[in-house]
Amino acid sequence: MIVADKKPIEEIIEYIKDKERILILGCNECVTVCEAGGKKEVGILASALRMYFVNQGQEKKIGEMTLERQCDHEYLDELREIIDDYDAVVSLACGVGVQFTAEQYHTMPVYPGVNTCFMGATERRGVWTERCQGCGQCVLAHTGGICPVSRCAKRLFNGPCGGATRGHCEINKELDCAWQLIIDRLKALGRMEDYETLIPLKDWSTDRAGGPRKVVREDVQE
Amino acid sequence: MRLKYPSSIRIIRVPCTGKVDVQHLLRAIEKGADGAYVVGCMEGDCYFNKGNFRARKRVMQARQILDAIGVGGQRVEMYNLSSAEAPQFVKYAKEMHERILELGPNPMRTVKPEEIALAAGNTDNAETGHSAKVMGC
Amino acid sequence: MSEKTPSRLEKVLRAGHLAVTSECGPPRGSDPAAIKEKAELIKDYVDAINITDNQTSMTRMCSLASCIHLKLMGLEPVLQMVTRDRNRIAIQSDILGAASFDIHNMLCLSGDHQSFGDCAQGQNVHDVDSMQLLQTVRFMRDEGKFLGGDEIKRPPKMFVGAAANPFADPFEIRVPRLAKKIAAGAEFIQTQCIYNLEKFEEWMKMAGERGLLDKVFILAGVTPMKSAGMAKYMKNRVPGMDVPDEVVKRLAAAPKEEQARVGIDMCVESIQRLKEVPGVKGFHVMAIEWEEKVPEIVERAGLYPRPDVG
Repeated sequence: MIVADKKPIEEIIEYIKDKERILILGCNECVTVCEAGGKKEVGILASALRMYFVNQGQEKKIGEMTLERQCDHEYLDELREIIDDYDAVVSLACGVGVQFTAEQYHTMPVYPGVNTCFMGATERRGVWTERCQGCGQCVLAHTGGICPVSRCAKRLFNGPCGGATRGHCEINKELDCAWQLIIDRLKALGRMEDYETLIPLKDWSTDRAGGPRKVVREDVQE
Repeated sequence: MRLKYPSSIRIIRVPCTGKVDVQHLLRAIEKGADGAYVVGCMEGDCYFNKGNFRARKRVMQARQILDAIGVGGQRVEMYNLSSAEAPQFVKYAKEMHERILELGPNPMRTVKPEEIALAAGNTDNAETGHSAKVMGC
Repeated sequence: MSEKTPSRLEKVLRAGHLAVTSECGPPRGSDPAAIKEKAELIKDYVDAINITDNQTSMTRMCSLASCIHLKLMGLEPVLQMVTRDRNRIAIQSDILGAASFDIHNMLCLSGDHQSFGDCAQGQNVHDVDSMQLLQTVRFMRDEGKFLGGDEIKRPPKMFVGAAANPFADPFEIRVPRLAKKIAAGAEFIQTQCIYNLEKFEEWMKMAGERGLLDKVFILAGVTPMKSAGMAKYMKNRVPGMDVPDEVVKRLAAAPKEEQARVGIDMCVESIQRLKEVPGVKGFHVMAIEWEEKVPEIVERAGLYPRPDVG
């Protein structure tokens, strides 16, 4: 899923302080699972903002709504009937949702309510870690199922670097060395000989480096 | 043991303090309570293992939010006691009551008194302070 | 093995001499005097001088410009290049720039993570890794082509090296990793500072058993300790460093004012012992901000005078 983290409320207040009618818009997908932008977080933020403005002696309308998804036109259409009741939207969806909402409602200011962090997994409640950077050409088949692009601080294809210490990354002792994980896994799979295969220079054109990306699937297009 | 505790306090019973969410605490303050505190079982004695620990974290989270928006995190608190400790219960109630008196009325009511008082559903305790309390077993 | 480049370092090694290299860190400013003075101190005692590339990610004068200063003094630089700060366009371009000044040695590294330096908020590049950088330089030299396939007019003549850390974890892949670097094109290796001699000897033995020592020149890395404090710091704080307790103890046992001398003694003793290790073809003396001690170390280790290879 896409993992997001909360933004400081002070930052959100700064965006919307001059608006009178504000919709806090949650998303029922990834950000709900990572407890940053679901229905509950919408309630908390809306309540906090109402109190803040009352305390400032200002009367503002702070609405709450949570869509099934903000990255699909059909769900965003649900906003059409109420959008005119507001001057601004704070979207608690990932950056995709914020942008898609803004695209759909062209004249409506849409502000991000969370920081979108990465594609990752829930290690345990309250701890999420990165697993994929969407480079567009998956190499997991060659690296024992562990991604050096997203999990090595230097995205080395022929690691580990000399900084690895006791299985940890040089930048942070809490961080597993991706190449230690790769080696452990290759050993478990009985494929240590794969380690000695030199991985050639990567074609990064399918990565961010190649510019904004697009997937077109004619087989499923209508 | 018929001990007395401040009459400003309203008790809301929940099955476990683990049921109390940040939203509930914030909503209580938003609707005009001068304070809200959670009384859970002793740490380690939760029937559901972690309920009272969760509650404490949520109280801390609510406190942080209330501080950030300038309403004052001191208005929310977490206490632990066992059901056999009535004097302790009274002590915490008085402590919270006094803290509220010191902090003064909830700005949600002083800024827009009529509307918020209506939401809170009680105007009797406007002067002495008015706190909601959440009690878990 | 016949020479493939005009590198003086390569000539020394192929002639069977024990080579000596050292390194200088460029200044944090634009005055070339700092690098020239350091080079002047050591020039007669080494065959080539490595110039570090923004080591520990602290921004400094660039390695290439510093190498040019050495070259203009008639010295033999080893251009260190990290993949942290350059994409493959900049890498190839810098290699050609270096070659245009007849800089004939390169050490290919991935580089310390930028979080250690003064620009922790900066991006890193890592378009290629250190092994792929080795492949790139060798491709440009041996095929005479750019990575894109076009022909290079006057290809670079680089003697290509890599770093190896026999002590980094996990130990079991340390020899396979050396094999991989050789396969990628490394012709010489400069190792991490060696304090744990037993472990280094074990690593060399394993490398020998795999037949790697005939394919590459290993320069054993040594760094004199200035004090017991430095030894403790290296032991506990520097990633991938293996400093045995005895090293710290021996330094700590000496009075403060004697510790530097003991550090030099230990460094000389290490070189003497490492000379006996089959496969060691030279030494890389890294006297960190202590370049003035290099002549003494080299002389006492019996590595002076340096051979004249023309």
